[in-house]
Amino acid sequence: MAMLHTVNKSPFDRRSLDVALTHAAKGAGVLMIEDAVLGAIKGTAVTAKIEQALGNLKIYVLGPDLRARGMTEDQVIDGVTVVDYAGFVDLVTEHDKVQAWL
Amino acid sequence: MAEPWEEEEGPVKKFMYVNRKAPYGTIYALESLEVVLIAAAFDQDVSLVFMDDGVYQLKKGQDTKDIGMKNFSPTYRALEGYDIEKLYVAKESLESRGLTADDLLVPVEILDKDALASLMEEQDVILSF
Amino acid sequence: MKLAVLVNEGPYQHQSSDSALQFVKAAVAKGHEIFRVFFYHDGVNNGTRLAVPPQDDRNITAEWTKLAQDHGMDLVVCIAAAQRRGILDENEAKRQGKNADNIAPGFRISGLGQLIEAGIQAERLVVFGD
Repeated sequence: MAMLHTVNKSPFDRRSLDVALTHAAKGAGVLMIEDAVLGAIKGTAVTAKIEQALGNLKIYVLGPDLRARGMTEDQVIDGVTVVDYAGFVDLVTEHDKVQAWL
Repeated sequence: MAEPWEEEEGPVKKFMYVNRKAPYGTIYALESLEVVLIAAAFDQDVSLVFMDDGVYQLKKGQDTKDIGMKNFSPTYRALEGYDIEKLYVAKESLESRGLTADDLLVPVEILDKDALASLMEEQDVILSF
Repeated sequence: MKLAVLVNEGPYQHQSSDSALQFVKAAVAKGHEIFRVFFYHDGVNNGTRLAVPPQDDRNITAEWTKLAQDHGMDLVVCIAAAQRRGILDENEAKRQGKNADNIAPGFRISGLGQLIEAGIQAERLVVFGD
């Protein structure tokens, strides 16, 4: 089982997403919630970084937080999986521990 | 049949406390240290990680007189007395801030990002503040 | 599974409380047990019964209280953080010589040991903060 990393601040505001990706082991899960969902969108300055990370990590984004910020699922980077809160819970139980990058 | 005093102790989990913020600008450094001190009584396997601006929590020579806040950095030196000895500092965080181990007020183990990532994988519970 | 949650921020100022609420509700709906929700740092402010948020929006404290009432959820406010920020129950008010208490129903004030215990007893600990 692997670790689930959660990130909640925007990559345009804080370095947390970057730091999380740097410290996530191969096969780990990374879930973007709250303002961090901005990191899951196509065509931004961080898109390439996420696309590269998808080579080693499973990356998820919380749908409710995306929609709250006026984004739709078709704007999400290919390969990033959209989950709801039930999916968030599943990710927590399916990984062996959770680390929050605040 | 084990005597009461021979019975197994409770579970021992690997607890990691991750500190990423500088002291004084926010309360996280101080209050996370308070958790660590209380946690010492629970005999778990504790590691403290200082990374990003968290490395400044261990900086020597903190003089808080003129900001009117209590200098709590001496408390880091007391950790050893609580059997909390596994203190790790992120190499890249030190270097990018122009710091070395000599700038820190306690002995630490310096880990690069891959070693830190591996250490994190070994933990059972990770607390972030 | 037995889950524990740590809430590091106060209501409304950050989304942490909301995210934690949505998470625990989803966990309960899936049949998981929330062993404890521990409130630290400004998170203790989730436990004031004196807040009067606008009627047309969610009442975060009331939602926590409802979880405690409907599911017996253990909501623990850290005593040290609460003392700093002025969240008191009746006992604390008497002990500290304050003329009022303000803890919301469903919350209890206790020590940081409750957080460590939650980390030990629960199978997962999820942190919501800034």
